[in-house]
Amino acid sequence: MTDHRRPISEKDVLYVAELANLELTADERARMVKDLNSILDYVDRLNELDTSNVEPMAQTSDRYGIDESKSGTARFAYAMREDKTGPSLPREVVMEDAPENDGAFFKVPKVIEK
Amino acid sequence: MDLNLLTIASARTAVLERQTTAVALAESFYQKIKATDEKIGAYLTLTRERALAKAAQIDAIADKGDPLPPLAGVPIAIKDVMVMRGVRSTAGSRILSNFVAPYDCTAVARLEAAGAIVLGKTNCDEFAMGSSNENSGYYPVHNPRDLARVPGGSSGGSAAAVAAGMSVAALGSDTGGSIRQPASFCGVVGLMPTYGRVSRYGLIAFASSLDHIGPLTKTVKDAAILLKHIAGRDPLDSTSAEVPVPDYEQEIEKPVRGLRIGVPEEYFGEGLDPEVRAAVEAAIQMLAQIGCEIVPISLPHTRYAIPTYYVIATAEASSNLARFDGVRYGYRSPQARTLAEMYRLSRDQGFGAEVKRRILLGTYVLSAGYYDAYYLKAQRVRTLLARDFEQAFRRVDAMVTPTSPTPAFKLGEKSDDPLSMYLADIYTVTADLAGVPGISVPCGESRDRLPIGLQILGRHFDESTVIRLAHAYEHAHAS
Repeated sequence: MTDHRRPISEKDVLYVAELANLELTADERARMVKDLNSILDYVDRLNELDTSNVEPMAQTSDRYGIDESKSGTARFAYAMREDKTGPSLPREVVMEDAPENDGAFFKVPKVIEK
Repeated sequence: MDLNLLTIASARTAVLERQTTAVALAESFYQKIKATDEKIGAYLTLTRERALAKAAQIDAIADKGDPLPPLAGVPIAIKDVMVMRGVRSTAGSRILSNFVAPYDCTAVARLEAAGAIVLGKTNCDEFAMGSSNENSGYYPVHNPRDLARVPGGSSGGSAAAVAAGMSVAALGSDTGGSIRQPASFCGVVGLMPTYGRVSRYGLIAFASSLDHIGPLTKTVKDAAILLKHIAGRDPLDSTSAEVPVPDYEQEIEKPVRGLRIGVPEEYFGEGLDPEVRAAVEAAIQMLAQIGCEIVPISLPHTRYAIPTYYVIATAEASSNLARFDGVRYGYRSPQARTLAEMYRLSRDQGFGAEVKRRILLGTYVLSAGYYDAYYLKAQRVRTLLARDFEQAFRRVDAMVTPTSPTPAFKLGEKSDDPLSMYLADIYTVTADLAGVPGISVPCGESRDRLPIGLQILGRHFDESTVIRLAHAYEHAHAS
């Protein structure tokens, strides 16, 4: 249940949208308030579990498929490489994908408003 | 030659023995696509020129009598979340409608190096976010078995292309079930390898700790063949593991007698369609008949998998999708007058509703004041879910479950209710969170002739046992 959680308001959605660089129409905002509340009500189920003594898991690749006979960073020695620069993608190929460029740099609308 | 029945194994024999040429084979698939895909919508982009040029190279080698590469002339399709140099790569999103990738995805490059011919890029839910393919920024995919129904998602285009004989095999990606669930809905085989088994280099990122590339094929043997070629350490993906790759094509032939197979009770509870239950229970019977020992087990945290998944996957997605800003590639809104407006309008106009919903949810669970309550909490529960598997795999060699609680549903049936759509992945997400491999193999049909999938899960890096069991079941089921 949601008794321990303050429901998400339109103000919250607007704040998060701003953090995420999204604007959203008025219709979208109302829809997102409803959808996010319904999803978070379901997510609240996680509070049934006491996890105070459980370590968080950010990924599985540091636990499985590694050399158990080694410790610390030695387990990932295979992922290390020499600190040497290699060739990069050709600038002209990359610039072909840019919405606007001058051949050397990406161009964007003005940054500082008067 | 019946393209609907053509497997990798038979296509490569046909080319090696010169019953056909690689060019003729590719051409016949393009004719089939032309005749079929208008009503299915499996492809977003055809790579005809590149395919025919590669096929001509194969034929030139054959003409000289030189040895051919192992996948010589085998036509395949690639989910549009994997990039190919010089080819439009959209990830199913309008924000990348004009993006031509400047480099190759490792998995695709490895298949091409082995002689495979890429016919085109397949349709998918936008940024692989969805379970029905209705979230494609272009057009939905229709299930070849029943055009009113979804093919599943997010690799629905790849599954439909294989099921409709518009490709011999395909690559898809799986973050919460996106290979296995569409395979189940379309009646094909879908294999998600262990996290780290296949390089993610060149896979447009959705949730980096959960994304996997894997094959969709007509047979388990074909899945084994493709896995053999795409698996293995890649210096371009630091999470790709340094674990030896067995010859999966030989592994599938090993006997299964005596293997211990767990049946987790939590996967047979409320919400499971009775016809799916009956088909999966019959499959379990059959595995017992061919000599496997069936062991009832419990994965007690299963009911927490979907909420854990939707916190972690959306958090990672909100970070990954921050890169789409209209600066370096992709869509830029023509209305923007300032930099800030350019970011907001480009993203607002470029992303679809489900992608925005997930970015907002992911940003929320990572934001100040909520990080511990949601994101960190979900990461701790992820540990519990992984431990459930670790404990079960001390007692059993593999597990079997339904792939999806229902057969394919109708287009529009769930598209207005995100939560009910998320529950379509209830049996698949935990394997992604724990990083273990899984396969979906067809195990019968409903009364409406809709395919049903059997899911087999295995230990980390033990795809061999998973595909061996799937292969044995496939043959026992067919005979």
